[in-house]
Amino acid sequence: MLHLLRAEGVSLGYDQTSIIANLDLAIMPGAITVIVGANASGKSTLLKGLARLLTPDAGQVTLGGRNIKTLPGKKVATVVGLLPQQPVAPDGITVADLVGRGRYPHQGWFRQWSSTDDEIVAAAMAATNTHELAARRLGDLSGGQRQRVWIAMALAQDPEILLLDEPTTFLDVTHQIEVLDLLLERNRERCTTVVMVLHDLNLAARYADHLVVMCAGRIVANGAPAETLTAEIVRHAFDLEARIVPDPVCGAPMVVPIGRFHGRVPTVCTEDAPSQAHKNATNKGRLPL
Amino acid sequence: MTTRPSDGHVDAAPLAAARASRSRRNRGIVLVLVGALLVLAAFSLAVGAYSLSVPDLLRTLTGQGTRSENFIVLSLRLPRLTLAVLVGVAFAISGALFQAVLRNPLASPDIIGVTGGASAAAVFGLLILGFGAVATSLAAFAGAIVVACVIYLLAWRSGVVGYRFVLIGVGVAFMVQGLLGYLLSRADLNDANGALLWLVGSVSGARWQDISVVAVVLLVLLPVIRLLSGRLRALQLGDDLARSLGVGAEHTRLVLLVIAVALAATATAAVGPLAFVAFVAAPIARRVVGTGGLALLPAALVGALITTVADFTAQHLLPGPIELPATSNKTGKGA
Repeated sequence: MLHLLRAEGVSLGYDQTSIIANLDLAIMPGAITVIVGANASGKSTLLKGLARLLTPDAGQVTLGGRNIKTLPGKKVATVVGLLPQQPVAPDGITVADLVGRGRYPHQGWFRQWSSTDDEIVAAAMAATNTHELAARRLGDLSGGQRQRVWIAMALAQDPEILLLDEPTTFLDVTHQIEVLDLLLERNRERCTTVVMVLHDLNLAARYADHLVVMCAGRIVANGAPAETLTAEIVRHAFDLEARIVPDPVCGAPMVVPIGRFHGRVPTVCTEDAPSQAHKNATNKGRLPL
Repeated sequence: MTTRPSDGHVDAAPLAAARASRSRRNRGIVLVLVGALLVLAAFSLAVGAYSLSVPDLLRTLTGQGTRSENFIVLSLRLPRLTLAVLVGVAFAISGALFQAVLRNPLASPDIIGVTGGASAAAVFGLLILGFGAVATSLAAFAGAIVVACVIYLLAWRSGVVGYRFVLIGVGVAFMVQGLLGYLLSRADLNDANGALLWLVGSVSGARWQDISVVAVVLLVLLPVIRLLSGRLRALQLGDDLARSLGVGAEHTRLVLLVIAVALAATATAAVGPLAFVAFVAAPIARRVVGTGGLALLPAALVGALITTVADFTAQHLLPGPIELPATSNKTGKGA
C-alpha cells in the first residue's frame, strides 16, 4: 500500500521569517506532482517541510496518517527521500561511494553492507546511466553527470516518495529531458511517487500528473496541468503575460511568454551607427517599435 | 538515452568486485602502516644510549631480560612508546572527526583553539596556582572542554554551520594565544621555562597512569565512533541530505564533536599540545587511501606513526638531552 504524504495546515519559515502560513496539500500517491512558482514563493520551503527537514511552526505533516515528527527518522527515510537543490559531497569522493551512501537508512547498527545493497546501487547507477562513472571522482565530472549521480544516490535510497528540489537546474536542455524522463520512468515502472520543484513551466506541464502553483507562500492552483496552467493563473502567480497553447508534442498546456515587446525587435545597432540607436532610444525614451 | 537491459535486472557483480578490490587495497594500506609502526616501535625500544639486539629485545619483552634491560626497555622506553602511539591515535582521530563533521580541512583541534584552551588552562595552573602534574592534566582537560563549549555556543545560530564554527574557533585560538603570552610574560623565568616545556608537548616521563587514562578513553570512544561512522558519512553530505537519510544532523554533529573534543582534551592533558598531528594525520591518510572515504583507521595509524617518528627523532637523531620534546621537529612534517 502506498503511503499518503500530506501537509495539514502547516506554517513554515526560518527563524522569525514566516514563508508559508496554514497550507494544506495532499501528495497524490503514485503520481508525479510538480510544484511551480516564482522565486521566493515558498516551493523549496514546502518541499523541506514535507521531507521533515523543517519543523512546522504550526500544523503537521503526516505520513500514512501519522505525524511525521513522531515516526523514527530512519524509518521515514525508507519511505520519503529528498534530493536538495545544492547537495555537498566530501572532497575526492568516488561516484560508487556517494551512491552507496544512499543506502544508509536500510542499514542497521551492525549490518553494514549486503549484496542487496550492491544490487540496488547497481540498478540505481544503471537507471541514471552512471555505472560507467563508478570509479570516478565526483569533482571530476561535468554538471550533467554530477546531477545524474546525485539522482542515482536518491534512487539508491529507494524511497517510495521521492522529493527533488529543482533537479534540472544548471543542466542543458538535453540533460533536463534526460533527468525528467528517468524520473517519469521510475514513476511509471515502480509507482514511485515523485514530487519536484521545476522552473520550466512547459516541462512542468508536460511531466506533471498534478501541478501545484505557488505564489507568496500559498497554493493558488492545484490539479491537472490542463486545468491549472491558465493565462490568469500565470499572470497571478508569475506576474507575466503569456499565451497558453497546446504543446505540439503532447498536448499539454504550453506557456508562451509575451514580454514587453510583443515579438522580435529588429536591431538598429549596425557597425556604422552604433550611437544612432542609442540616441533614438534616449530621445524617445523607448525602443522604435 | 541509456543502454541498460530492458528486463530491469542489473548485474551488480562489477560493482561488488570494485568494492572488494577497494577494501583489499584499504586492508593492504592498513597492513603496511601497521608493519611500519611495528618496525618503528622495535627501533625505539631497541635503539638508544644502551642498544639491544632484536633477540635481546624479544627476550626482554617476554619478561626474560636482565635487570638493566628490563629497566631500560620496560620502564623507560616502553611507556614512552606506548604513550606516543596512543596520543597519536587520539589526536589523529580527533582531527579526522572535526574535519569531517565540520566539512572543513582547517577544522582541527589545534587550529580552532581546543588544544590552545587546554594549554592556557594548564599554564594558568602551573604558573598561577602552582599545580602539580596531575592537576595540570586535569586543568588542560577542563580548558579544552570549556573552549569547545564556548566555540559551540558562539557558533550556534539555530544550528551550527561548519565554517562559522571554524572561524570562531580560529578567533578563540588567537585569544587563548594572547592569554598564554600574557601568563608567560608575567611569570618568573624558571617557572616560565617549565611551562614552555609543557607547551611544546612531550611524551618523555610517561607514567603508566597517564597511559591508562588515554587507553581507557580510546577503548570506550573508538567503538562508539565505529558505530557512528554511518551517520558521519551521511552528515558529510550536508544537513539536508543527512536529515533526508534519517540522520538527526544537529544531534549527530554534537555527539561527534563531543567525542572529538574528549579525545583531543585527553591527549593534550597527557602530553601537552602536540602540534600538527591532529591537523595532518587525516589528510595524509585520506590522500594515501584516495577514495574520498573517511579513512579513520589509516588516519589513526598515520597519527601514531607521526608521534612515534617525532619522538624517536627527538631522542636519537637530534643533538641534545634525552628529554627533548617530541614535537620540536614536527613543523617540518607538514602535508
